[in-house]
Order: sequence, then structure tokens, then C-alpha cells
Amino acid sequence: MPLSILIAVLLTASAFAFYLGRGRAVAVAGGHVRNLHSLPSHYGAYVALWCALPAFGILAFWLVVEPAAIESFVVAGLPPEAANLPPDRLALLLNDIRNLADRGLVAGSGDQTVMAGAEHYLSLQRLGSTALTVIAIVLAMAGVAVGWRFVSPELRARNSVERTITAILVASSTIAIFTTIGIVLSLLFEAARFFNTVPVTEFLFGLEWSPQTAIREDQVGASGKFGAVPIFAGTMLISAIAMTVAVPIGLLSAIYMAEYAAPRVRSVIKPLLEILAGIPTVVYGFFAALTVAPFLRDNGSLLGLDVASESALAAGLVMGIMIVPFVSSISDDVITAVPKSLREGSLGLGATKSETIKKVVLPAALPGIVGGILLAVSRAIGETMIVVMAAGLAANLTANPLQAVTTVTVQIVTLLVGDQEFDSPKTLAAFALGLTLFCVTLVLNVYALFIVRKYREKYD
Amino acid sequence: MAALEMTTPDAAGNRPPKFSTKNVNVFYGEKQALFDVELDIVENQVTSLIGPSGCGKSTYLRCLNRMNDVVEECRVDGSILLDGHNIYDRSVDVVQLRAEVGMVFQKPNPFPKSIFDNVAYGPRIHGLTSNRAELVELVESSLIRAGLYEEVKDRLDNPGTSLSGGQQQRLCIARAIAVQPEVILMDEPCSALDPIATARIEELIDELRENFTIIIVTHSMQQAARVSQRTAFFHLGKLVEVGDTEMIFTTPQDQRTQDYITGRFG
Amino acid sequence: MTDLASNSAPRQTTERIAASLPRRYARDSRFRYYGLVAIGLALAFLVLLFVSIVSKGYSAFFQTEIRLLIEFDEDRLDPNGTRDPSVLAGADYGGLVKSSLRGLFPEAESRRDRKSLNRLMSSGAGFVLRDMVTNDPSLIGTAQEVWLPAAADIDMLIKGFIDRSKPASERRVNDKQIAWVDALQERDAIERHFNTRFFSAGDSREPELAGIWGAVVGSFYTLLVTILLAFPLGVMTAIYLEEFAPTNRWTDLIEVNINNLAAVPSIVFGLLGLAVFLNFFGLPRSAPLVGGMVLALMTLPTIIIAGRAALKAVPPSIREAALGVGASRLQVVTHHVLPLAMPGILTGAIIGTAQALGESAPLLMIGMVAFIVDVPTGPIDPATVLPVQIYLWADSPERAFVERTSAGIMVLIAFLVAMNLIAVVLRKKFERRW
Repeated sequence: MPLSILIAVLLTASAFAFYLGRGRAVAVAGGHVRNLHSLPSHYGAYVALWCALPAFGILAFWLVVEPAAIESFVVAGLPPEAANLPPDRLALLLNDIRNLADRGLVAGSGDQTVMAGAEHYLSLQRLGSTALTVIAIVLAMAGVAVGWRFVSPELRARNSVERTITAILVASSTIAIFTTIGIVLSLLFEAARFFNTVPVTEFLFGLEWSPQTAIREDQVGASGKFGAVPIFAGTMLISAIAMTVAVPIGLLSAIYMAEYAAPRVRSVIKPLLEILAGIPTVVYGFFAALTVAPFLRDNGSLLGLDVASESALAAGLVMGIMIVPFVSSISDDVITAVPKSLREGSLGLGATKSETIKKVVLPAALPGIVGGILLAVSRAIGETMIVVMAAGLAANLTANPLQAVTTVTVQIVTLLVGDQEFDSPKTLAAFALGLTLFCVTLVLNVYALFIVRKYREKYD
Repeated sequence: MAALEMTTPDAAGNRPPKFSTKNVNVFYGEKQALFDVELDIVENQVTSLIGPSGCGKSTYLRCLNRMNDVVEECRVDGSILLDGHNIYDRSVDVVQLRAEVGMVFQKPNPFPKSIFDNVAYGPRIHGLTSNRAELVELVESSLIRAGLYEEVKDRLDNPGTSLSGGQQQRLCIARAIAVQPEVILMDEPCSALDPIATARIEELIDELRENFTIIIVTHSMQQAARVSQRTAFFHLGKLVEVGDTEMIFTTPQDQRTQDYITGRFG
Repeated sequence: MTDLASNSAPRQTTERIAASLPRRYARDSRFRYYGLVAIGLALAFLVLLFVSIVSKGYSAFFQTEIRLLIEFDEDRLDPNGTRDPSVLAGADYGGLVKSSLRGLFPEAESRRDRKSLNRLMSSGAGFVLRDMVTNDPSLIGTAQEVWLPAAADIDMLIKGFIDRSKPASERRVNDKQIAWVDALQERDAIERHFNTRFFSAGDSREPELAGIWGAVVGSFYTLLVTILLAFPLGVMTAIYLEEFAPTNRWTDLIEVNINNLAAVPSIVFGLLGLAVFLNFFGLPRSAPLVGGMVLALMTLPTIIIAGRAALKAVPPSIREAALGVGASRLQVVTHHVLPLAMPGILTGAIIGTAQALGESAPLLMIGMVAFIVDVPTGPIDPATVLPVQIYLWADSPERAFVERTSAGIMVLIAFLVAMNLIAVVLRKKFERRW
């Protein structure tokens, strides 16, 4: 039975259990609902939970362990000479088997071992799916029976149901934690494998980046170079350009909107600026690559400048514009949070508006603004599509914004998109870069959020 | 010489008013907050404005240095003359007006800067001193006149917000004095302070009277009685009664004043 | 006359201030002007962006078609007369197109000329005929005038994106082709029609056959998975944190975590999906299911934060009132707080989903960047999504693909605008002041 139908069946069964439980409650109370501890619908929910939770529990468990379980059975079923292959070859073989099984068995394709394995694989999958269906439905029915038996006027159904639901709420709130753990573990695990082949120091301090490992041993440049300094430098160059655009424009427009603009003007301009934040980054990337970059290159050559067609400047400029609404909305919040009393204190001494803003409001808002800018920097560093489309691939170590540089995110994408041999240092390098990216943005975010939070507390 | 005469007491010993307001009406959008207020403020005296909350006394005070301009939908009608010039006249510069008519607010609002920079703020923006030595001297004399100098002279670099509430309020007074205004408006300056700090500020107000015209909005009738020479009683946006403080508190003419000072409402 | 001494200082002050005023006001208006310039720059960029996209892309909504007289020759389509669908589907429809062209322009005799002539039509023209015949086999044996798609280069020529004055070697259509096109134009046999194929087809290597529908459907399945996962989880988390959670270090940790996840670069979520969902759990590559899961994790913080804000806006008096009549905390939440907070939560959810719709970086990591012609039929089928489709087309240098990329962007932005409008309307309609 397909998964979606099984889920639908279980949900229907739970709904049915609800009515069953409710009816049972009314029955055991002898029709006098007041004799019951809880409302009849609570008893209904009680039985429904008995029906749904165990069944869905086993379903989730099976979905998690299925691939590993089937794999180990398939390996056990392989002929001994195949089962004793070294792990990496075995993984390849399993991959073939899985691919063959997924595409549907086509007779005569692949060798005998793979065919047999794929057949075994498919039969196991069918068996597993049938067993799952049977077990889940039996569990659901057993749950209904148990819950139904428990229903009595003394049963504190509401309390049980609410305890269970609270537990579910608690569980869902831990998803965020698990996501973070998942990110950290997956990055750490793969990066650690990378650092087994390439030393950390070479990665962090090496000046040359050419991840193309040769397919054959005797090719030129057989061992790739994994010094990430040019990538870090490129990321910083593009982010710096972006911030030079975003900070003045964002901050000044925030000041104008918070301090000068009439409410009506503000109510028009603010959403307009927020459109900039809502435009998908792929659109910015397209614009940078097809409009801004050629424009810069052509005008650069008019001025006698040699501008690369994938210059850091084009990507940085467009990224800066993308970040403007981010800087301006945080600065706006922070500036409006500065208490009115400070403004009045300054105005009351005869300061002009701009003097009040420059000498009182901005210094008071500075921590918040700095926090916002740090968050914006973290966004610039992690931005992917604009640089993938408009920045280069070559890892040049340069501070010249007119040349092409590459960034961490560009490299992650190029290393992982397309045909990949998993386990090669080339693909693993992407995870090492990802780990670096995650750590840097994490530090920036946590620090920035801390500053902003402290700032808010100060004026709340 | 004309200007000099204006500030000289006339033969009867009545000084010409520093502020003279006539037919002042204030609107917040549709709502009228003040009705035809007519009040003269005498120079080098403390005038206190009393009345129940929402009676318009703070609104009136904020008209005197046009702090109401900050409020978007606020509109002021009538004439408010400072030394004979209408401050709502188009030729009047609000920055200059506020330099002449300083203000101290309900809650102490020191800037998040050092004590020194707080006091030096006004002189700096107005360019009142030509060198560092003059500025230091002005800051110190302002702190001395605000009675704060002895307490803070060793820590002028500390942030103004590190002071206690009473000290902060005296810092705000010093900040206002440093611009050398002629009038100081005080909007319930002691409402956020404890009794000891309040007493200290009241003393200070009395000392400052010598050089400044002071107008103080207060909730506390005792405070009005202690610090002011003249008292004006506001009720529901109207000026009910004004006169010498002693007279208002002993023989008020209006029944509403009587009820208020004897605590029947308010 | 002590008054004189004490008054001289203020008078000096007044003069000094008056002297400094013009300069200070100049500075004031200059500062204000800077703010205006900044806003102007940002808005000018916005306008530039839209103008550039629309001007590049509007033409993609029309496609040049050529009217040909097609003879559905029974001998060529169904020599045995069986009307067997598999025979009909496999027949040489391209040949029909070619012979019809040759009938129009018999002067093209050399191999090269014939090749050029055949290149007037899209390689998809044959598919159109095939679909016509398989739908209605009675066409066989008749001759019909049919509008068929022109090749992309001809399309570009008609739309004026190919400069006729350039030497032939520098343009993608040769002189003969131009002459034929002009001849067709004189006969009114070449026209621009509304490009329905763009809205109904999947991707293609040929720009004139490429459509956005496959990506739209892929986006739909992806977002469906995202909403199904992120909305309930996000709302439950928000309810727990706002209504039930004690303030302790564990709750604090969750909160810091959520705020931080909201700022983690999206590509990192892609790496998570690749390492965990694909490599560890062995879920299929390129599937909307996995894409939706990754985007759900990414959207979750947005929904939680918006949900908490909406719950927080419900005044405590309502909770107290319900608790006062003996409702349990869960009843307070489900009966009172949640219904009141729902518009706010929905607004946050829609905005989060709109973000997910525009997101492409994490999907590149899990293989949703493959070239996929078929329109997906379920969340397990390999698929791509709108922004990734745009990314893929943006990589192709042909002018015809630039046009389609821009048109795709317009479609994507139309969806985003619609979603945000719904959010705005929702907020306006249910806005409540306590």
C-alpha cells in the first residue's frame, strides 16, 4: 500500500476512534454526561490518540530505519565474494543495485550479482511495505480496543489528552534544536573526513585553491590544492563591496523614514523598500550577470579600465542593494526605539533636528545599528545565488574589485552540483567550506543578536 | 535702552511680564486641549502651574518653547509673547527660542554620554565657547550652579546614566543652564524622584530664581507652595485662577481651586 | 542694577546663536537631502530592475508561428491503415513539415539551402502535428492549414532582436532565411501568437519549446511538503514557547537556537539536506519531497517567530478570563488564544512560504537542478522549481533563453506578489486593536 494511502487510512481510523470513544463515554455514563469526569469529546480524543500514536510511531520508525535495514539484508544475501568487497567498492555495488531497483528491473542490464541484488532489494522492499501496513493497521486497531476498554466515568480523559498534547508540543519545539544538531553533525562529520586527507592548516592558510583532482593518477595536477585563503579573501571582498553600498543607503534611508518622513510618505516608501527584500536572489543574480556586469565592463573599457566580465564589483553592488532593506528595517526599528525623551531633551536645548539625530539619537542607537549591520554581513557572506551567477569561479587572491574572485558559497555549489564522486576530497571540501561558513555566520549572528537583545532591553 | 527698560521694575514695583499669553487655544487633531488661556509670567520668579492630570498644564508649558511643534497634529492659536515678541511668529527661529527658553523634563533624560559631554552638549551645538578652556569653565560653572559639581567633579567622564535619579535630574538642569537661557521650563521635574532628591531640587530651584525665570508644572501642591511665588490653577484645559502663591493656597477665589487644594478632587 | 550684569551673558549668547544659525540650518537640510538621495537610489534601482526584466521578458509571452499547409498523407503516416496509436505516434511528422516547406519554397534545392529552410521551423513542429493526429486520426488523408511554431532564431528575427544590417556571418540567420521570412510575412503566413506553450510545457533544450509549467508544478509540490511540515510544527512550537514553556535555560536555548537558525545561510540547509536526507536516509535526489523538507526546516524559524508575535499580541486579560471560568490551559489556547492569533500566524506563514518559493540555493545541493523535461506528477518525481528553472535558463547564452528567463522571473514575481497581497489583505482585514 502506498504511504499516502496508509496515512489516510490511519487518519480515518483515528477519526472513527474519536466517535467510538465519545459514544462509549456516553454509554458508560448511562446517558448522564454529568457523571463523566471529562466531556465526551475528551474521551473521543483519548481513544483517537490511542489509535493514532502507536501506529504513526511505528510508521515513523520504519521510515527511518528502512533503507539501512534493507541494505544490510541485501548485503547478507549477496554471494560471498561480493559481500567481502572492501567498503567503498561495496557501496558502489549497492548504489548500482539501488539504481537498478529504482528504475525498475530491466532484464539483461547489469551483471548477475547486481540483478540478483536488485531483485532481492525489491522483494525486501515489498515485504517491508506489506509488513508495515499490516503492523500499523493492527496497532491502530489494538489501540482503539485498549483505549475503548479504559473509558470509564472515573477516567480523567481530559488530563491524559492534555498531557499527551503538551508532550507533542514539547517534542515539536525541539525540532529547532535537532536541526542545529543535524547541521553541526553533518558538517563536522564530512569535514572531518576531508581533514583526514587535507590538513586543517593547509585548508585555512594555504594560498592556492584548485580542487580538480585528476581522475587518473598520472594526470597533471593529480592532487588538488585546497588552500582556501583566496576564497575567504574573495568572500570578504564581495561582502565589503556589498556593505559599502548597503550601509550608507540603508542607514540614511532609515534615518529619513524614522525622523523626517511624514507618516503618509513613510507608509508608501517602507513597503516599496521591502519589495527589494522580497525579490528572490536568483533574480538579483540574473540582473547582476546580464545587466550590471556588462554595463560595468563596457563603461570600464571606455575609461580604459580592465573590468572582468565577472567582476567582484558587479556581484557586490547588486548584493549591496539586496541588503539595503535589511539594514534599513533593522536601523529603523532601532532608531524608533530610542526614547522620545532623549530627542526632546536635545530639541529642548535648541538643537536642530540633524544635530539631535547625529549627536544624540545615533549614538544612543549605535549598538543596535551595529548589531543589525553584523547580521547583514552574515547575510552577505552566506548569500549564494547572486555570486553563483555573477561572480567567478577562479580563486584569485586579489583586492581589486574589478577582477573576478570566487566565494565560499560559489565553491560549495560548484563542488556539489553536477556529477559527484562522493567521498572524494573535492566533494568533501564543500562540507569543510560549509562548516567554515556556518561557524563564521554563527558567531556573527549570536553576537549580533546578543547586542540587539541587550539594546532592546535597555530601552524597553 | 528700550530693552533694558522692559526688564526694569516700574514705579509700582510691578515687573513687566517675561511671557505674556493671550487667547491661547491648543488642538490635538480634533481635540481641543487648551481654551483661551490668558496668563502673564513675571521675570525672575518661580511660577507654578497646578491642576489635576490632563488639565492642560503640561500642554501650556510646552507651548512656551514650542516643544509642541514636534507633535505632528498639534495646532496652537493665540499670542504668546516673550519679551514682547510673539514666539509663534514666522520670523522666530525655534532653535534660538529653545536656546533662550530651556526645558527640564519629567523623567531625567541624560544623553547616553559622559557627564561632561551632557553639559557641554548645548554649548557645543550652539558654538557658545571658542576654546576648550572656556568650555570646561562653562561646564563646571553650570554644574556648580546646579549644585552637582562637588558630587561629580572626580568622575566627569562617567556616563550620565550612571548617576542616581536625583543627580540625573540636576545634571539635566545643569545641561539646560549651560546654554544660558533666560527662562527654564520644568515639567514635573521631581515626579520620578524620592523625597530627599526632591528637596535638593526644590532648594536648587529657589537658588536659580535669582538668574532665571522659572515655570514649573507640578502635581504636588506642597511643592508649589514651597518653591513658587505665583501659582496658576488649570482645570479641564482652562486657566481657572492665577495669583500669588500664598493667596491661592489661603484664599482662593474660585470654588474649583478651593476644592482642588483641599483635596476634594485631583 | 545687578540685572545688567546677569543679563549680558544671555544677550551675548543670543547673538552667537543667531550667527551660527544659517550654517546649522544648511547642515540640517543637507542631512535631510542625503536621506532622500539614499531612498531615491534604492527606489531607482528597484525601477531599473523591473524595467530591465520586463523589457527583456515581455516578448516571451508571444511566440512566432508559421502557417503551413500540411498534407496528412496516409502513406507516410499509417502505410498499413491500421490506425494503431503506436504507429501513429512513431510516424515521421517532421517530414510532413519539411515537405510542406519545400512546397512553399521550391527554389531551395541544394542541401545547404534545404537545411536552412528546414531551420525556419522549430523541431517541435512535428510534435504538434503528432498530437493533432493522435487526438483525431480522421485528419489522415486531409490537408490542413496549421500554425506551427517557428524556430527560436526566426522568432528573434521577427521580434527584432536580430540586427539585419549586420553581415550574415555575424548573425544567426542567413540572408536566404531572411528572404523566406519576408516572403512569408507578405503572405500573412507568419504571425506572433500568445505563447500558451510557455505556460503548459516543461523544460526543453529548444527555447521556443521550453515552458515554465514543469517548474510551477515542481514548486507546487515542494511548497506543499513545506507547508504540511512547517506550518503545524511551527505553530505547535510557537504555542509551546509562548503559552506553556517555563522560563528556564532550556527554553532560552531553544529560543536562541530559533533566532540563530533564522539567520543561518540557506545553503547550509542544503548541505544538511544532502548529508542527512539524501546520503543518510537515502531519499531520492531531485525530488520535491526532499526539497520541501529542506525548505520546511528553513521556513520553520520564520513561522515560529511570527507565530509567537501573534500569540503575544493577544492580551493576557483574555487568558485570565477563560482561566477564571475554569478552562484548562490547553482549552484557553485552543478556544480563545489560537483563533484570535490565527490571522497573524497565517500572515507569517504566507510570508515564510513566499520566501521558500523564491529560494534556490539549498535546492541546488539536493539535485533539483537537473534538466527535467517531464512535468512531475507527484512529490517523488524528479523536478525542478521556478527559481532554479530561472537559474538554469539564465545559464544559456541565447537571446531566446534570456527572454524566457525574464518571463520566468515575471511569473515567479507574480506568484510572490499574489502571496504577499493575500498576507496584506489578511492583516488588514483581521487587524485588531486591543
